[in-house]
Amino acid sequence: MLIGFLILFPLLASLLLFFIKGDGAKRIAFVFSLVEFGISLLAYVWFRGNSNMDMLSLNCTWIESLGIKFAVGLDGIGLLLVLLTTFLVPLIILSSFKTTYDKPNSFYALILMMQSALVGVFVANDGFLFYVFWELALIPIYFICLLWGGENRARITFKFFLYTLFGSLFMLIGLIFLYNHTGIDTGIKSFAINDLYAAGRSLNLSQQSFVFWTIFIAFAIKMPIFPLHTWQPDTYVTAPTQGTMLLSGIMLKMGTFGLIKWLLPIAPLALAKWGGVAMGFAVVGIIYASCIAIVQKDYKRLIAYSSIAHVGLIAAGILSANQQGVQGAVIQMLSHGINVVGLFLIADILIRHTGTRDIDKLGGIRSMNGQFGVLFLIILLGSVALPLTNGFVGEFLLINGVFQYSAWLAAFAGLTVILGAVYMLRSYQAIMLGEKKANEVTFGSLADTDKAVLMIICLAVIAFGVYPKPLNDLAEPAVKALLKLLTI
Amino acid sequence: MINTIPINYYIMLSTILFIIGAVGVMARRNAIIVFMCIELMLNAVNLLLVAFSTLHNDANGQVFVFFIMAVAAAEVAVGLAILSMIYRNIKSIDIDLLSKLKH
Amino acid sequence: MIKLIGLVPLFPLIGFIINGFFGKKMSKSMSGAIACISVLASFIVAVLIFMEVSASQQKSNVVELFSWINSGTLKIPFSFLVDPLSCLFLLIITGIGFLIHVYSTGYMHEDEGFSRFFTYLNLFIFFMLLLVLGNNYLIMFVGWEGVGLCSYLLIGFWFKNDAYNKAANKAFIMNRIGDLGFLLGIILIFVNFGSITFGEVFGKAASIPTATVTAIALLLFVGAMGKSAQLPLYTWLPDAMAGPTPVSALIHAATMVTAGIYMVVRSNVFYSISETASEVVAVIGALTALFAAVIALLQTDIKKVLAYSTVSQLGLMFLALGVGAYSSAVFHVTTHAFFKALLFLGAGSVIHAMGGEQNISKMGGLKKALPVTFLTMLIGTIAISGVPPFAGFFSKDEILAHTYEHSQLLWFVGSIASLGTAFYMFRMLYLTFYGKFRGTHEQEHHLHESPKSMTIPLMVLAALTVFGGLLGMPEFWGMKNWMSENLDPIIIRKNPSILSHETEWTLMIIAVGVAISTIYFAYQMFMKYKVLPAEKEADMKPFQRVIFHKFYVDEFYDAIIRKPLDAISQVFYKFFDKQILDGIVNGMGDITKWKSQQLRKLQTGHIGFYIMAMVVGIITILFFSLIK
Repeated sequence: MLIGFLILFPLLASLLLFFIKGDGAKRIAFVFSLVEFGISLLAYVWFRGNSNMDMLSLNCTWIESLGIKFAVGLDGIGLLLVLLTTFLVPLIILSSFKTTYDKPNSFYALILMMQSALVGVFVANDGFLFYVFWELALIPIYFICLLWGGENRARITFKFFLYTLFGSLFMLIGLIFLYNHTGIDTGIKSFAINDLYAAGRSLNLSQQSFVFWTIFIAFAIKMPIFPLHTWQPDTYVTAPTQGTMLLSGIMLKMGTFGLIKWLLPIAPLALAKWGGVAMGFAVVGIIYASCIAIVQKDYKRLIAYSSIAHVGLIAAGILSANQQGVQGAVIQMLSHGINVVGLFLIADILIRHTGTRDIDKLGGIRSMNGQFGVLFLIILLGSVALPLTNGFVGEFLLINGVFQYSAWLAAFAGLTVILGAVYMLRSYQAIMLGEKKANEVTFGSLADTDKAVLMIICLAVIAFGVYPKPLNDLAEPAVKALLKLLTI
Repeated sequence: MINTIPINYYIMLSTILFIIGAVGVMARRNAIIVFMCIELMLNAVNLLLVAFSTLHNDANGQVFVFFIMAVAAAEVAVGLAILSMIYRNIKSIDIDLLSKLKH
Repeated sequence: MIKLIGLVPLFPLIGFIINGFFGKKMSKSMSGAIACISVLASFIVAVLIFMEVSASQQKSNVVELFSWINSGTLKIPFSFLVDPLSCLFLLIITGIGFLIHVYSTGYMHEDEGFSRFFTYLNLFIFFMLLLVLGNNYLIMFVGWEGVGLCSYLLIGFWFKNDAYNKAANKAFIMNRIGDLGFLLGIILIFVNFGSITFGEVFGKAASIPTATVTAIALLLFVGAMGKSAQLPLYTWLPDAMAGPTPVSALIHAATMVTAGIYMVVRSNVFYSISETASEVVAVIGALTALFAAVIALLQTDIKKVLAYSTVSQLGLMFLALGVGAYSSAVFHVTTHAFFKALLFLGAGSVIHAMGGEQNISKMGGLKKALPVTFLTMLIGTIAISGVPPFAGFFSKDEILAHTYEHSQLLWFVGSIASLGTAFYMFRMLYLTFYGKFRGTHEQEHHLHESPKSMTIPLMVLAALTVFGGLLGMPEFWGMKNWMSENLDPIIIRKNPSILSHETEWTLMIIAVGVAISTIYFAYQMFMKYKVLPAEKEADMKPFQRVIFHKFYVDEFYDAIIRKPLDAISQVFYKFFDKQILDGIVNGMGDITKWKSQQLRKLQTGHIGFYIMAMVVGIITILFFSLIK
């Protein structure tokens, strides 16, 4: 029951929000998102204490003739991602307080709707339901980008929508193929996840390869992985800051989560055969995107490309299919979500206070606002995975995992350590350090809400870097159980 | 006595009439001519039906002919009404001029 | 007391937090006092722990703080190892760290970022302590990268200057190149040993194929090359002189750069097993020592001379490690920490007196104005040149002796490097303190001895330099070598010296003789004949120009790495991403549009055409259904 509430509450809240006029929408949305965070914390406490487990899963029949059930449930990985979602959405809403959007009620309603769909993706235990939530998440973000975005938004959002939809179509084909092979014993076909797992394992190599690639393409486009990434930089730059935060902070985790839960156990033979190829693409993407990030002048675009690099490493770790790689991926998903939201907020602050995101035009902000400099630096260090920041735990486990698959791939993937430092430090220097540029406006002090969000993020960066145990305690057994499915 | 004319002749005549009608519908531009050709096609079918009904001594064919004739008459009435409306709008009955549904 | 090891890094961390949050609101003396006291407290605890470890039989003590990362078979607790090696380094870090903190209260007195400086300095001590205390490779790596961060923050301390910021970036990024090697080495260890805790790994080292051990040793050494500025990853260290002088003293002389040495000594079992790796370490150490010494011969910035000297001395230490003389290397780390910190702090004193001038061509005759600084720097210079009975002599001699055993060629290279050291150090001393003053009039008026907060640490360090040699007296003199005895439990495979006493005496006499004759030669050149550094580049001979420009290594790196990287990135972005990949995606959209334009043409609007299409369609359907 609680879990149903977890999914539906933001949806109901968003419907309510549509009717609220004026500025109050911000605060009400923020309160709603905090309530949702509270509900997820409750779910966390129950999950860890192993109490009230029946409240944490739901299994009703939906379309009986097709074997589709409304089946949702929490496992360690899903719970962590739900927590990430419910933790980030209040921060995202809070970060928007200083920007005025017209029709704010629709804006915040769409954010909450998206949260609902995202939570649904992370808890779905039925293939069809997973697909429905997957597509549902696309609709609010489409509108957010289209109505409140920057220049050329119609064309770019349209391209993003079509590209992602194209990939999802492949996933649907794969799921249906699997569905047709379920129910070998019982004669009843079903979309339930365990049946799909069983069906996948029963296929031969070429069939599994088909399923592997069709489903993989959908995730590869969503994350994105080289070379299917070209929609991402434009979309991230054009979307309003909150849209970009939703996209990069949470939505792309749908892809990586899907890889873990919906691809690895389904096609183990194909994974053994083709995993290396897919990993190769991911690793190439890391180096490729990092290089491009080095020569970017628009800070938002730089962060977008750096996101591709980070996700490439996460994907490579998942595809290595060992305990360290997949667990590292889960941890890194959380760290990356938090860090990238922080970085995009910083880009937003830069535009609001100085009117530009162009690195060449900025400079010397540190001398005007030391506090901002420190907060920026901490989040940056999390992004380049300095030990004792949250980024390091995930990155170490990931490189470890990839290394166990192939030492050379790990060496190449590890280049992100160097290249990440290059573009992050260079841009930090160009933006923050040095003398103030002649024609620059005074930076001023940070708004309260911005400061609060940045501080919370910095706290998370350091706290989870020093003490990642709570996260690992959830992730480790869940990953272990999942990897066991690969060897049945 | 009717049986003395082989059925093939009826088939051939009917076919030729039908083809003339069909080609006329496809190729002629004058709307009235098109209607006349449609009538021609319908009557060709009528002829065939009657011939076969006599051949098989089955009255069903001839009854069906009556239905066709009734429907043809109704259809001509409606069609000519539409044609009058078109004439009032474009002052011509050339069907090639009716191409506003073009891309 | 050993259980309280956690206090040692805790005190600087508290100092960091207090200064970080409240530094601006406190007075400068308060801020400085908090920072110094936290390091002093660590030092006191370190001394107590050291005495306890020396007295006890159990040399290796592990104290676990909490469980950090757990993933399947990979279990990494946050735990500390207290043994003779880590205790020794603790003393060096906290002891010399404390002296430098006190010095900084005087040196940075005018600076508005005073509390920020001490915040970073305390943070650095914290991370450096983590590095040497960690009980597994990952905690060491935490400290390793942490000191890299502090180095970045401190080099770029005066962040309004773009050149300084670039130097800070360069240091961090070059360190990261080394760190990648280190990280891969750690993972290789985990893959082969199933653990990265020192005790577990070192015990099983012999059971792993030698080729793997070589790979591990070399990968770890890549990290050391970056952190300890060896060829080819050394160019960040001279540029790091952009930071305030106490930073150069603490980080780039006494502690951070010795992290690589510490790491190799800690992992000595790998290097003992793999002869290839040891050979590589020794050769690179020797080459670095020589190369840096040559460059130092013509430098005119007082700090750059000392920087290259540090690189060169580090090379000697790695040479020692490569030939298996682990305790000699640690001995040299200790004595080097004494006299190099002394020299840097003295240079700081000179720069302070000269109002910021760092070019020795503009100095001269300062010994009258700065007597204490002069005396202490004289002691430091004599020590580094390897003249007995000061500290540098004993440690250097031990290194060269062990090297001679291993390879005479390497001994020769090391000796030439030492020769160069004596020469350029005395060149620096003569040009700075003797002769006539060559600076401007205002600078001459400004000359004054530094305040007590700066001179007292100088004197303490000078005393340590004078008596430091006692730590490792040569055995063939019949005396006790405390250093090698102390570190004996750490070394897994012993490598006793097999030189005869005559050879050892001969080597010693050669070394001393070379040093003294070089000093005399320098005296002749700079005092008697008053040779001065060339005013303009055009006055230099071609090979001098090459040396002055540091063999154009920075330009070389720029050309083969930085510019191609930028170029490739531009190609990736403008050509590959925008035109090809995006082109394909947009192209698919374009194709769809084009095809649909073509299909649209079917909609002619002609009724005749539609009817014909209908007829054709009906005929086709009938045809196909009749065939079936």
